[in-house]
Amino acid sequence: MPVDAATVRRIAHLARIAVKDEEVEHLQGELNAILAFVEQLGEVDVEGVEPMTSVTPMAMKSRQDVVTDGDDPDAVMSNAPKSEDNFYLVPKVIE
Amino acid sequence: MTELTTLTLAEARDRLRKKDLSSAELTAAHLTAIEKARSLNAFVLETPEIATEMAKASDARIAKGEGGPLEGIPLAIKDLFCTEGVRTTACSHILDNFVPTYESTVTSQLWRDGAVMLGKTNNDEFAMGSSNETSYFGPVQSPWRRKGSNTPLVPGGSSGGSAAAVAAQLCLGATATDTGGSIRQPAAFTGTVGIKPTYGRCSRWGIVAFASSLDQAGPMAKTVRDTAIMLRSMAGPDAKDTTCVDRPVPDYEAAVGRSVKGLRIGIPKEYRLDGMPAEIEKIWSQGCEWLKAAGAELVDVSLPHTKYALPAYYIVAPAEASSNLARYDGVRYGLRVEGRDITDMYEQTRAAGFGGEVRRRVMIGTYVLSAGYYDAYYLRAQKVRTLIKRDFEQCFAQGVHAMLTPATPSASFGVGEKGGADPVEMYLNDVFTVTVNMAGLPGIAVPAGSDAQGLPLGLQLIGRPFDEETLFALGDVIEQAAGRFVAQPWW
Repeated sequence: MPVDAATVRRIAHLARIAVKDEEVEHLQGELNAILAFVEQLGEVDVEGVEPMTSVTPMAMKSRQDVVTDGDDPDAVMSNAPKSEDNFYLVPKVIE
Repeated sequence: MTELTTLTLAEARDRLRKKDLSSAELTAAHLTAIEKARSLNAFVLETPEIATEMAKASDARIAKGEGGPLEGIPLAIKDLFCTEGVRTTACSHILDNFVPTYESTVTSQLWRDGAVMLGKTNNDEFAMGSSNETSYFGPVQSPWRRKGSNTPLVPGGSSGGSAAAVAAQLCLGATATDTGGSIRQPAAFTGTVGIKPTYGRCSRWGIVAFASSLDQAGPMAKTVRDTAIMLRSMAGPDAKDTTCVDRPVPDYEAAVGRSVKGLRIGIPKEYRLDGMPAEIEKIWSQGCEWLKAAGAELVDVSLPHTKYALPAYYIVAPAEASSNLARYDGVRYGLRVEGRDITDMYEQTRAAGFGGEVRRRVMIGTYVLSAGYYDAYYLRAQKVRTLIKRDFEQCFAQGVHAMLTPATPSASFGVGEKGGADPVEMYLNDVFTVTVNMAGLPGIAVPAGSDAQGLPLGLQLIGRPFDEETLFALGDVIEQAAGRFVAQPWW
């Protein structure tokens, strides 16, 4: 199922990646090349096959429900591009 | 001094233990070699001060009769591993100012065991690539060149910097990661040894995530024994990664040199591709002969879903990547590009921060997970993955101990030669390695010969889950027969 230009723009928006008008056609070609390649999976009979959900058969580990880390705002904030008083700053969201 | 860089990790370790050599000397020799090899672009960050400090501390411990299994050994670290206080970028613009405040489990275990950090190595951006050409810091040049040619060749990828650093003897070993072949393919391209352990053998904690159900860390080094020594330190249980198994780590080095007599080695017929170069066929048959001569028994096996592994991978891996890379939003860390509003800020940040290959894969992943397409693409791919794994399980159930295949469908190629028009051309590099990630199995690439132009070629051994030891034993047989492949310096 090849994608059209409108679908490329919709995917880009869902992925939160800005795409310039002049990039759409090229991207469409690349995405369609990949989609054409994966199309061959349609030949495989997957009737009654369970999808893989765990690579290694193992029970999910659980740990003690206790605090093991934290209380270090300086470390948490040290890579923030914009912050103030240990808050991340973002553009205004609520009008 | 230069001769110290020609030592293997095991030789250097033994001399350090005998106090016949200091880590300070050994580390200085490698730092000098790194400086001279900058044209390869193998390192994206050199850490000579840290290396010198760590070497000094190692020498002090050795003098006191203390010291771990890797005491004083200088290593290079792929830039996908978070290193505390040392810039870690995954070779992406979106992270090129990121300084972790924590250390990955794998690297912390290397330092626990006494290793010395020389620097961070180049890789494809977020480990997405097979030639190291998608790195924000530019391509790596392989230390290998075709006979009589100056054409720059790729070292493979995504762990291209680690592969080049080992092949050019800039370090005694390097960490790497493998999601679809990113350890084994560059190992094969550079005449080095690389092992991707069983999924769950090494902790993924603190490694920049690409596709979490496929990613696995492993070592690259000059010999099979050296990778065995490194893996013992890298592997092991970790409470911080719920997919990391609680199994004791064997002494992998003890398996090197172990007899392979009576082992049943599967030769999967589906790995014989149309149009495969005769040289690849030749080293494959040669590898069979070597294993037979060592007492192993060869059996023809069939893995019927092999051809579907790569297309299934290009659904599963981008899907997981699109989810993992959602965290790069310009808010908590990394690059930020301002926009009209918050959504525009996200979109501008990610457009500027991600390179072309990463953008493609995030978009494919977003598409195959989107409403209306999930069942047709993602769910079907996960079912095919079950079938791929079942193929291997059936062979192992019939008494096959390991399988022998080529590592790559060709030798290394020139920088800029592949994938320009069609991204799938580059993806085909991983046709023999990707099945192993899809099934979560261990796989090792060992150099086994050269092509007519003098470039190294590798063989791959695929093992049963958590049976890395058999791979080390078999890999050693191939290495003993084929000899080592050392690039002649031109840089």
